[in-house]
Amino acid sequence: MTQITAQPQASGHASGHGHADDHHSGEHAKYAFLAHHFDTPAQQFDSAKLGMWLFLATEVLFFGALFVAYAVLRSRFPEVFSYASHYLDTVMGGVNTCVLIVSSLTMALAVYFAQRGKKFALVLCLWLTMGGAVGFLVIKYFEYTHKIHENLVWGPSFYVPPHNHEGELEASVLSKAPAPAVNSVPAPTDPSATGLVSLAARPPADASAIKPAQSGPKGLGVWSAPTAAAAVAMEPQDPIPAEAPSDHLADPKLPPNTHLFFAIYYAMTGLHGIHVVVGMIVIGMLIFRATRGDFGPNYYTPVDLVGLYWHIVDLVWIFLFPLFYLIH
Amino acid sequence: MAHSHTSAHGNAHAHAGDHPLVGHLVPVSTLVFTACTLLVLTIITVVVRYIDIGEFNVWVAIGIAVVKAALVATFFMHLRWDRPFNVLLFAGCTLFVILMMAFCVLDTGQYRATQYTGNPPVAQQTLDANAPGAPIAQRKEEINP
Repeated sequence: MTQITAQPQASGHASGHGHADDHHSGEHAKYAFLAHHFDTPAQQFDSAKLGMWLFLATEVLFFGALFVAYAVLRSRFPEVFSYASHYLDTVMGGVNTCVLIVSSLTMALAVYFAQRGKKFALVLCLWLTMGGAVGFLVIKYFEYTHKIHENLVWGPSFYVPPHNHEGELEASVLSKAPAPAVNSVPAPTDPSATGLVSLAARPPADASAIKPAQSGPKGLGVWSAPTAAAAVAMEPQDPIPAEAPSDHLADPKLPPNTHLFFAIYYAMTGLHGIHVVVGMIVIGMLIFRATRGDFGPNYYTPVDLVGLYWHIVDLVWIFLFPLFYLIH
Repeated sequence: MAHSHTSAHGNAHAHAGDHPLVGHLVPVSTLVFTACTLLVLTIITVVVRYIDIGEFNVWVAIGIAVVKAALVATFFMHLRWDRPFNVLLFAGCTLFVILMMAFCVLDTGQYRATQYTGNPPVAQQTLDANAPGAPIAQRKEEINP
């Protein structure tokens, strides 16, 4: 192994660092982390950084394609973007921006403390960065669930009144369970048998009897369950009539193709969210290794590379926030 | 700034205390200052949203985002002290994304509308000539896609 490092071309590369050829074997003896195909820690570090930057370049192109889609959609439907942007919560988006910036700072500090060999501060900063990632995803979860509840989603579902849609969902879920036969099954002898459990206990063969009822009003066959108690237990407690339109559908100013905004919104923030999850995994691995004491002033490359990844996740969000939340 | 050297490798053998074996040590004050600037710029970009400057709103927002991105890349990602080739990689791929975006927007901007509110012009001419007062076709997308 060490013969390789003593080759003339290797010495030519390393001469900038003022090494003698025979010094390289000493480098390997000195630094356990130095892989045999590298001459010096600096060369190994530079190679790792170059590889990481190449990966980050592909990440930029990856997100770049979606930014291109965004630009095309926005230039074609400017009215959709200025209208639909108001459905996004600026406060939540702004707080998330700050969370990511602060977690970027703690990540940069983690690199700093790794370089200084301060193990406790390094682990603390990594945990804080992890906390930022969790906080970001929790806020994102509240944003997503609220929008999905209002049917502010991509595709045809955008045009389904939310409450009507929910009724369909519940009905379809229930109809998959073994359904009661309205005609053939006698009233339950046990009055305490209520709810889904009693329905699920019915023999599956009875399910055929329910099918004609499905063609009537939605969920009729399901709601006319054998006992009144079961029906009450399953009836959705929704005071809003099924025909009540949601906010965006009731708005006469709703521009055509508004669902496109939410398609690109979920695509871009979703891909970004996946990157946050991946970031949490690699930061978790760093925490494990940092706690074990792997890193110090001589060797902190993984901390540096994960830091670069985490910063680019922050960098993407820096563009997503104004482009989606802050359209005048 | 507290650092006394700008080369990423001038300190390859400076083992004494403050400096790592490889790479560059960016002082905490620089990092904190960068983060504070980023937070201030975030507040500014939110405030600017509520000021109507017409078409320039989007360009101001993008401009602030570019400044923030540059700050993150320069200081958090150590690009200021990194190998120039890494800077070239990052700037290069960003440039090509902008190029792709520009061509796509220019291209799609040239398309003629293919969905009409109302009938296509030729059909409407025929209708006007042969059946004046005929109902005008409405775009389906306005109700349900």
